[in-house]
Amino acid sequence: MRRNLLLLAGAIVVLAAAIIGRMVFQPGPYSFAGGTQVELASYPDKTVTGVPSELATADPRSRADYVIRMADCEACHTAKGGKPFAGGRPFVLPFGTIYTPNITPDPETGIGKWTDAQFLDAVHKGIAPDGSRFYPAFPYASYTMLTDADVLAIKAYLFSLPPVKQPNKPNTFGFPFNQRWLMGIWSAFFNSDKRFRPVREQGPVWNRGAYLVEAAGHCGECHTPRNLMQALDQRSKFAGGVAEGWNAYNITGDRVSGIGGWSDAELASYLSTGHSQGRGGASGPMGEAVALSLSKLTRSDLAAIITYLKTVPAIRSDRSPQPAGPAPASPKLASIDNPVGKRVFEGSCAACHAWTGAGAIVEEARLTGVRAVNDPTAANVAAMILNGAGKPGTGRPYMPAFAASYSDTEIASVANYVTARFGAAKSDITPKEVARLRRQN
Amino acid sequence: MPEFTINGEKRDVDVPPDMPLLWMLRDLLGMTGTKFGCGIAQCGACTVHLDGVAVRSCQLPVGRVGNRAITTIEGVGNTPAGAKIQKAWIDLEVIQCGYCQPGQIMSAAALLTGNPAPDDADIDAAMAGNLCRCGTYVRIREGIKHAARS
Amino acid sequence: MPPAPDAAIGLSRRAVLQGGALAAGLLVAIELPWSAARAAMASAPEPVPTGQRLNAFIHIAPDDRVTFTLPAVEMGQGVYTSQSQCIAEELDVALDKVIAAHAPPDQANYGSPVFVVQATGGSTTTMAWSEPLRKAGATARALLVAAAAARLRVDPASLTTENGMITHASSGRSLRYGEVADAASRLKPPAEVALKDPARFRLIGKPVHRIDTPDKAIGKTVYGIDVMLPGMKFATLRSSPVLGGKVGSVDQAPALAVPGVKQVVVLDDLVAVVADSTWSAMQGLDALAIDWAHGANAGLDQAKLWSDLEKASQGPGAVAKKEGDAPAKLKDGTLFDASYELPYLAHAPMELTNCTVHVQGGACELWTGTQVPGFAQAGAATALGITPDKVTVNNHLIGGGFGRRLEVDGVIKAVRIAAKVDGPVKVIWSREEDIRQQLYRPLYHEHIKARLENGRITAWHHRVTGGSVMAHWLPPVFKDGVDIDAVDGAAEVPYAVGDRLVEYIRHESAVPVQFWRGVGPNGSIFAIECFMDLIARKTGVDPLAFRRGLLEKNQRALGVLNLAADKAGWGTPAPSLPSGGRRGRGVALMNAFGSYLAAIADVAVSDEGDVGVTRLVIAADVGKVINPDILEAQIQGGAAFGLSAVLFGKITFAGGAVEQGNFNDYRIIRIDEMPVIEVHIVPSSENSGGIGEPGTVVTQPAVANAVYAATGVQLTRMPIDRALIAKGA
Ligand code: FES
Ligand code: FES
Repeated sequence: MRRNLLLLAGAIVVLAAAIIGRMVFQPGPYSFAGGTQVELASYPDKTVTGVPSELATADPRSRADYVIRMADCEACHTAKGGKPFAGGRPFVLPFGTIYTPNITPDPETGIGKWTDAQFLDAVHKGIAPDGSRFYPAFPYASYTMLTDADVLAIKAYLFSLPPVKQPNKPNTFGFPFNQRWLMGIWSAFFNSDKRFRPVREQGPVWNRGAYLVEAAGHCGECHTPRNLMQALDQRSKFAGGVAEGWNAYNITGDRVSGIGGWSDAELASYLSTGHSQGRGGASGPMGEAVALSLSKLTRSDLAAIITYLKTVPAIRSDRSPQPAGPAPASPKLASIDNPVGKRVFEGSCAACHAWTGAGAIVEEARLTGVRAVNDPTAANVAAMILNGAGKPGTGRPYMPAFAASYSDTEIASVANYVTARFGAAKSDITPKEVARLRRQN
Repeated sequence: MPEFTINGEKRDVDVPPDMPLLWMLRDLLGMTGTKFGCGIAQCGACTVHLDGVAVRSCQLPVGRVGNRAITTIEGVGNTPAGAKIQKAWIDLEVIQCGYCQPGQIMSAAALLTGNPAPDDADIDAAMAGNLCRCGTYVRIREGIKHAARS
Repeated sequence: MPPAPDAAIGLSRRAVLQGGALAAGLLVAIELPWSAARAAMASAPEPVPTGQRLNAFIHIAPDDRVTFTLPAVEMGQGVYTSQSQCIAEELDVALDKVIAAHAPPDQANYGSPVFVVQATGGSTTTMAWSEPLRKAGATARALLVAAAAARLRVDPASLTTENGMITHASSGRSLRYGEVADAASRLKPPAEVALKDPARFRLIGKPVHRIDTPDKAIGKTVYGIDVMLPGMKFATLRSSPVLGGKVGSVDQAPALAVPGVKQVVVLDDLVAVVADSTWSAMQGLDALAIDWAHGANAGLDQAKLWSDLEKASQGPGAVAKKEGDAPAKLKDGTLFDASYELPYLAHAPMELTNCTVHVQGGACELWTGTQVPGFAQAGAATALGITPDKVTVNNHLIGGGFGRRLEVDGVIKAVRIAAKVDGPVKVIWSREEDIRQQLYRPLYHEHIKARLENGRITAWHHRVTGGSVMAHWLPPVFKDGVDIDAVDGAAEVPYAVGDRLVEYIRHESAVPVQFWRGVGPNGSIFAIECFMDLIARKTGVDPLAFRRGLLEKNQRALGVLNLAADKAGWGTPAPSLPSGGRRGRGVALMNAFGSYLAAIADVAVSDEGDVGVTRLVIAADVGKVINPDILEAQIQGGAAFGLSAVLFGKITFAGGAVEQGNFNDYRIIRIDEMPVIEVHIVPSSENSGGIGEPGTVVTQPAVANAVYAATGVQLTRMPIDRALIAKGA
């Protein structure tokens, strides 16, 4: 009896260790590719890091500007309607709300007094000048792969900005999550604190892509699922994660769930313009990533990203089924019993999206074939309805935000109507879930 | 120079391809019957037909019109459904300030063309995108039914 | 700088255009088609030649064309037609022969008998103008008859008129009006004329067709926003998003780089972009990163606006009405006490704020639709530092006013911009600008206290707190601290309420306020009608029966109430929506604008608190009716306006700026959300009351009371807050 108990306890410990070990000992972000990772200095091509060859002769200011776009710092460090890089953007996490800090060179409220060494520590190690730890919402576990030169280029760019006096907002975490020192332990496990090491067997384009995707672009922070310890689960690399309530979809090479079926041209169009014919548009956090970062990259860099992404092992996920085909033109569909959803759709949506879902006016408004519409959680559809995208009167695709005028019930209903009418499967998002999404953005 | 067919007439207009059709009609051609109400496809005041289908011209870059025929409120009276709707609108005194009505009439005419006997749900589906601040909705519904019967 | 995305990924049109030659070609080409278009377009009606003007309102040309100059402005409410009906009735001309035009600024001839100034609003047109216009028609007819009598050498009494013809029955001779108009215009008008016996009316009281409809149905009507002038440019503007803020700095270059943009006008409080087309102007404005100096209001938010109002409502107030000693009686007994709060609201007419202006040689001509042409003229003159006679106002039909065009802020901003522009410029506001930069319906706090004895109210204290529109709009009328508009509907109530005290507290915030369809009664009557339901439900009495008990001496009020109750089937359950929900029926009564209306609303409230209005029955006694069809349309439309307000309407502030901007966040009711509306008219020979606004006023409390009936929750702050009436809330 006692022996059995001991055995059981022992088994539990071993199992727990195995689980934790599995969480802790993650493969490297690009170890799927195999080969030998080598010191940057010993890799023959020098354009893997830094700016792309097109900009090799550009002035330092332009190069710094490009590097900060590669790393997409602006999106997170700018509040809605606020001054760029002055921080204050809220991120609603399970344990409270965190606000990004001001990274303009204001000496009091920004980073104006930081030395190069302090800045490097922050970006590579997640350690602030006062020794305190950043939460990994700041993707230093990815940024740690950036070269010193690139990190300092970012600093140079930031220090060229006009200082904005805007005090940082404290986060709202409760115990134990307000214990920042715990992040030191987290970092010990999950931050390699290693700079990028090219794979010797891979060509410069692939390695450049790896650097852009893993180090600067930190794509996995949203597209890779997280484990219980909030670390990226690299075994399910790019199989889909979440960002501010939005589902970040599978970008593995799977033909159904991922981007395996996308042509290079479709991917390039999506990354550079936020839209790809028949595939839909980038919205929410991805829309921002396109607007502030990806659309600013050179053709060669986009090609590098695509080359790299295409080598990520395929994983099929049930959140991303085969998209449905076109919907009928007649508004009346006996198969959908959702009067509230229909009412909202006919009033606010049909004029642009059309009853067929093909887009009434422009291709960007197509709903059929779009990943979000075929996502049975309808999370992104609801988030899109709440938040909209773009701004009016610019000639670029724009969708108004409806958070202020429609209730949670109405938004849930129309989201479910949209997935039922245009998607692979009808969703069942509830008003409560819409309420939660509302709080996140 | 891009060529457009507007109300059956060929028009050459030198216009930047990203300009919404609404502004080409109003500002470049002086066809001010088509109205600006929101600029974001939420009010329907700017509705025109492209090959008989109602679209919001405020969202339609002229570069995407292609060779589809444009019909506006100034020309919709030459279509059977348009004429019926306009007559019904006058018979039933649907109109108040009238500002939304070119859009209402274009939406209603497109509805009637595709569906000669629309019921209330059909009317809702076709007309809910057209706002009327004067509140002529009750009569718009009656007007469409009246036109369908005529 | 790194390469622009365009350069990296492909050349954009803009980049190509900046290339030079092509840009120049395009710009020139854009201007070409205009001239032809402009030439084909007549904007305003042709000026009326002098000579055959019979009086300020009537002109008859030799070819019989009859032109009416109408003092009240047409903005959808049908006054073009109803005013013409009055004149044409007495003048004996057919309505379809009449050309109608708006009066120019001319206070002496066209000043409103109600407001003194030249203004269309407050549902006053029919009550103010029916008699004067009938007199004008009768006087002109008398002149024509006198001229014809002289020509035919017969006794005027032997002549009859019909359809623009004067006939001498015994000799069979006749003359057209056009033949004698010139002679008639030289005669001295008679001091007294007899008006037609109502028994002989052909037009008044009849549902004749509107004279403005045919042009509107074919897109031919030229609203202010449709004006086209030779050489005209197009502009759009952005004013400081924060109330009272100023332009800090702006780099004009990005706007000037947009093809078609001609000029950036920077004034202290706004930036405008002037271009070849509205679209180019919008693109130019979008390209600008304007740095604003926010000023003192940057911290203003809605919670503070509400709490400041509430604080102000503590009093003391200025007395608007006092009978007996209500405060003394409200010290003890069975007392009821409640406060109701109403939000800021935008008018959001479908036609956006716009004004076309040409400033040159110390003079100014402008084209717009305004409810106050005199104010527009004076405002433009002041803005330019010239005398009003140097300002020509061309008034147009308005695509929805609702009070918005009782202010001339849009005219003044356009004039200030145009002063910097060479040639005529049409200034159009975007919808976002229109919602965020207008003047709003005041925030109202309505506090009512009453004493109940044996089912009757024996003391009543109503205190209205809010911003005063009158104080700036018509200062002489703001007397002794009382805004008569804000207490309209409160100072006189249809009910017997015993001793009463009605007070007003003027409380201004930084938010500018103006009239909004329904004006003061929107607040006061909403509060009173909700309060009636509160007392009735708290004492277990049927809300309709409770009201009836207080209306014994008011037969007109009782009449509409009973008619509405009868038609709505009061006492039977309200029908349900297909989507389910709690059902309720509510009633409201109003007497304001000289009219009596009762409304009964049926609602269904979902578990989550969404409200659907399923049916609305409205009974109205508006006195004598000029055009019953327009009357019905105004009630239907007014009700829809009220539904948008009570269900969705609110303008809120955060950081000193309006949070709403377009129809996606300032929600307007759509056709698929509209209830059935039944309108029943009580025939009446009382003086004509107004009808543009009552439907809006009476609908809101009827819906709120129906929600109360459905949920057991009385909401006291509008619009309806779903969270408070969700099941289990
Ligand atoms: S202006 Fe196009 S829909 Fe409103
Ligand atoms: S008639 Fe005035 S907005 Fe529709």
